[in-house]
Amino acid sequence: MEYLIGIQGPDFVLVAADNVAASSIIQMKHDYDKMFKLSEKILLLCVGEAGDTVQFAEYIQKNVQLYKMRNGYELSPAAAANFTRKNLADYLRSRTPYHVNLLLAGYDEADGPGLYYMDYLSALAKAPFAAHGYGAFLTLSILDRHYRPDLTREEAVDLLKKCLEELNKRFILNLPSFTVRLIDKDGIHDMEKLPVGPK
Amino acid sequence: MALQDVCGFLETFDDISPCTYQPNEMGYMWRTPFEFDRDSAFHFVSPPQQFRRKNRAPNLFSSTFSSLSPHQPFQLSHGTTTLGFIFQDGVIAAADTRASCKGLICCPISQKIMPIHSHLVVNTSGSGADCMLWERILTREMRLYQLRHRKRLSVNGAAKLLSMMLHPFKGTNVCVAATLCGWDGEETQATLKSCMEITDVKEAVEQDSNASTISDESAQGSVKMASINEQAEISKDTQALNPTVSDQNTNNVLSTLGRRSGPRVCYVCSDGLQLKGEIISVGSGSPYAYAVLDDGWRWGMTVDEAVALAREAVFRATHWDAYSGNNVDLFHITAHGWRRRDREDLKEEYYREREREKKKIKEREKERQKREGDELVEGEAYSVHCG
Repeated sequence: MEYLIGIQGPDFVLVAADNVAASSIIQMKHDYDKMFKLSEKILLLCVGEAGDTVQFAEYIQKNVQLYKMRNGYELSPAAAANFTRKNLADYLRSRTPYHVNLLLAGYDEADGPGLYYMDYLSALAKAPFAAHGYGAFLTLSILDRHYRPDLTREEAVDLLKKCLEELNKRFILNLPSFTVRLIDKDGIHDMEKLPVGPK
Repeated sequence: MALQDVCGFLETFDDISPCTYQPNEMGYMWRTPFEFDRDSAFHFVSPPQQFRRKNRAPNLFSSTFSSLSPHQPFQLSHGTTTLGFIFQDGVIAAADTRASCKGLICCPISQKIMPIHSHLVVNTSGSGADCMLWERILTREMRLYQLRHRKRLSVNGAAKLLSMMLHPFKGTNVCVAATLCGWDGEETQATLKSCMEITDVKEAVEQDSNASTISDESAQGSVKMASINEQAEISKDTQALNPTVSDQNTNNVLSTLGRRSGPRVCYVCSDGLQLKGEIISVGSGSPYAYAVLDDGWRWGMTVDEAVALAREAVFRATHWDAYSGNNVDLFHITAHGWRRRDREDLKEEYYREREREKKKIKEREKERQKREGDELVEGEAYSVHCG
């Protein structure tokens, strides 16, 4: 039902998430933001079971900010991803597992851009491109064919548009608009919503 | 066994046997919240270890737990229609009044919209008992916050608080879907003082008379001030009853919409979903209500239009949905507080609509005949002209 996608370039990461918050068959909200800002250059995209997403994502968000307050410097994306994975894994075999699928995207001064794919069983993988949701079945092969490690920003946005067009064409559910953000050395930039959302 | 201990498997079963297998399934649910009655403000964050039992069905590890889930006497569902939306002049909260239990109407005159404090009401749906309990817990926590921090908690803050309180019960049978409708406002010295001191009705009545002159201008006259009725019906803390708090800088509040103050509507569900929005409708009748609301909602609506829209939405939903019906309750919340409209029987509305339809059909018939008559005349004129 929900869709996340991330594409890593040589010096940026482009991420997008759909904007629908649904409750059984009703779209309750058309402009729901599924991205959580962990720090100036790290975004966590979170989908999954209704309450678990916000609960888990805010828990990670607050802990990352606490680390910065205690130690004076921010966690790197790799460290944040591993911290998230550890927490998800710890809760997995407890009485209250969190059923969430995540994408963590960030830019590190030393290592450059990074995109991390994590699923609800807390499997973590650093990947050049990744997607979550039923839409992923339709769009991963497009990413396979057209992705190159030296994409420019415009080419990455075009690739993203290709994926969303395919979703519009073949996915049974209506996902009218997507929030798009780009992370590079200057921080997180909001980009225009694709396609144009309903008024 | 060592592995069993490490995984925490079967750990809690011994502890919960005294309470789980009682003949009254809801008995153990009622007990757990009272365990929380301690002094700490965060005692509600996690339930005591021995009572925690999560039955999450779609999970590999809980397949053995499912055999211990309590036997439900009937299917719990959100059989209702409630809605809330914001517009330029405040918030409208509307709901039907039917409480159903599978195929039986348990109560045709239940009240689903409950005031929390002067500027916040909550539309409840889900299990009736859970809603009543959680509404009272929320009222208590909000009053405590107000006393401790000397200002009212915002609507979003109240939603977050309720969501956090409900989170430990996720996976159990607690079924609450609440829509918080209220006005976030800035407090002046006068209103602060009034909030702190109100314990007697006399002061409330004095402020009522001061505020009513200001609020009547904005109330458009069609909405009745039913504060006296409310005090008789709901016997609770008088703070919650005070419908109008005299707000010295009302005009400023109304002009600073969107940022610090203004109308707010927020949805909180016991499975954790929390949404802020402009139009929220919950329950089995909500799709029908959404259709009417989406068609007619504009930010710049007048109070009359908004009230009419809400009534129509609930009416249409009650027409199609079997689990909604009887009457419609309407609350209007502004910077001055909430106002309750008289309860209306939708049966009357149905018959009135039938009458209106009949009249419309007659008018259309007349118009059509008139048009045909005109065309005949024109046709003759044309033929005369040509000929």
